[in-house]
Amino acid sequence: MPNVREWLNSLKQKFAPKEGQPPVPKRVRDYIGGSQIWRSFLRHGLPKTDRIRALVVLSNVLLHLHPVKIRRSGVKLRYTWCMGGLTFFLFLVETVTGLLLMFYYRPTLEYAYVDIVELREQVPLGVMRELHRWGAHAMVITVWLHMFRVFMTGSYKPPREFNWNVGVVLLVLTLLLSFTGYLLPWDQLAIWAITVGTNMARATPLLGHEGPGSQLLALGDVKLIHAGSDARFALLGGRFVGAGALLRFYVLHCVGIPLVAATLMAIHFWRVRKDGGISGPL
Amino acid sequence: MQFVKDLFNFLSSPAIFFTLVIVLFFVALRTRRLWTDRVGTVALVAVVVYFVVSFFDPNFKKVVTAPDNVPIVGMLFLIGFFAWFSLKQAYENDDRMARGEPPAEKLETDEKVWCWPDLVYTELIALLVASIVLLVWAILIEAPLEEPASITVAPNPSKAPWYFLGLQEMLVYFDPWLAGVVFPSLIILGLMALPYIDTNPKGNGYYTFRERAREIALFLFGFLVLWVFMIMTGTFLRGPNWNFFGPYEYWDPHKLVPLNNINFSEFIWVRWLGTGLPQQWLAREIFGILVVLAYFLALPPLLARRWLNDIHRKMGAARYAVGIVLILSMIALPIKMYLRWIFNLKYIIAIPEFFFNI
Repeated sequence: MPNVREWLNSLKQKFAPKEGQPPVPKRVRDYIGGSQIWRSFLRHGLPKTDRIRALVVLSNVLLHLHPVKIRRSGVKLRYTWCMGGLTFFLFLVETVTGLLLMFYYRPTLEYAYVDIVELREQVPLGVMRELHRWGAHAMVITVWLHMFRVFMTGSYKPPREFNWNVGVVLLVLTLLLSFTGYLLPWDQLAIWAITVGTNMARATPLLGHEGPGSQLLALGDVKLIHAGSDARFALLGGRFVGAGALLRFYVLHCVGIPLVAATLMAIHFWRVRKDGGISGPL
Repeated sequence: MQFVKDLFNFLSSPAIFFTLVIVLFFVALRTRRLWTDRVGTVALVAVVVYFVVSFFDPNFKKVVTAPDNVPIVGMLFLIGFFAWFSLKQAYENDDRMARGEPPAEKLETDEKVWCWPDLVYTELIALLVASIVLLVWAILIEAPLEEPASITVAPNPSKAPWYFLGLQEMLVYFDPWLAGVVFPSLIILGLMALPYIDTNPKGNGYYTFRERAREIALFLFGFLVLWVFMIMTGTFLRGPNWNFFGPYEYWDPHKLVPLNNINFSEFIWVRWLGTGLPQQWLAREIFGILVVLAYFLALPPLLARRWLNDIHRKMGAARYAVGIVLILSMIALPIKMYLRWIFNLKYIIAIPEFFFNI
């Protein structure tokens, strides 16, 4: 391998300490930082000056959500509790772990439970299901604490009324995400928790077959709302928690609700900026 | 020891526990001296000691350490901590403002910092800490998996996911169309309406109690006393057949609780007038209907004229109407709970013909 050796030698010569030159780490840094690859990724040097600190945030798609400068109270944990950020982080954790779990899981009566058992017994060092489940519990808690903080600092007041509303919808979506995921392991806990939860839909006014006013929705003697056509049936895709419910909850859990939630999150974050950044006393 | 356990079991029965929590809530909210570092530390130590000591009781340990109940215990600590933390800052700011100084956040607002590194590094550290906590939690506690699902074998008790246990607990006092549909919808609508009803311009962007005492008291009453307390009751104190069990009580599936609840119509027609129930539902339930109508239609104008005069004038008719109906709906829950506990009242209006029971 003469070529590799030659190249290594040339590198050695290049970085050999010489009189009047900066130390090696700095020169390595300059070499990498000056390369075409690096400069195509990041169009600025290290954030040593205020100008580059601004550029870091402005020219990076992942960071541009932030303003370049921010009120000092906005970075204080004492003020923000970091709960909104943690909720978003947990959403990302749920997305990644959920995606990996989808490799092993089939939402049918035949396979659902067996797949979880297999996952448990066959996959070495598996903590994805644990991360997903505990992360989901944690996300419900952080989203409540986030709402609690926003209330206690009066941050829902003008001009942030609309964003508070987006947040309320996101809170409900978080609960629905957790609720739909609850069914998927298809064990006794899952099926009966969902049975108890969805039994309420039977009693929906007008739209549930045991709800007040549902008798009014009838054409002559023909009832429009019965156990095979009411709100609970629409939710479960059947008269009880079975194959239809499992598939519906799976699709809503993995695709439907996350899509809506991600869209609303984008609006939520964008709106924080447009409403003048994180709240603070005027 | 058994005496202490029996005492705690007795104190945690719904009527007594709820009353204690309400009294404690309103007294504590207005007591400035409680919201200090010292009292917070003492309270934390007391609760931790209570949990550690109680762990020696097998019944307590069994319920509290169920894997899916661990996050609820964590939530109780977190919500307790942050309630104390926010009120501490609120009262400190109130003290500052009473001295003519701006709130503590104001000093920090005037100064701006670079997003890089101040914010980005804070986020990175938070992300790392959260990842570590979550990983350790995931490694230590395995996600539970019960027997395969069976539609024919119902576990006793069958419980909804823990964050809906407040609603399930509400089923003790209200029918599903209220506890499961109307009240949850009102909670969501109420939260959404909040910024449009609350016209108080003060307290925007900093912790304060004095400037928004009413709003904070109402919100925390709904969040802490009703929502979180009911979840705690539903998780830890409700066993087989949804019967009440004290924290140190064995969950006996054969526990018998007499059901002797009676409807408002029976109070009126049978006990008071002594005529027996009329056959026709409207005649039978007319008093209950009048009571409920009076609660939602006559009470708001009366309140506006008498006690909430200034609020009514400040808010305007539309805001007042929406706000007062939401608040009355919220207070309807504790009212119904006390009616149940004191008079064994089942329904104020009972029209099972139309599934319409209140």
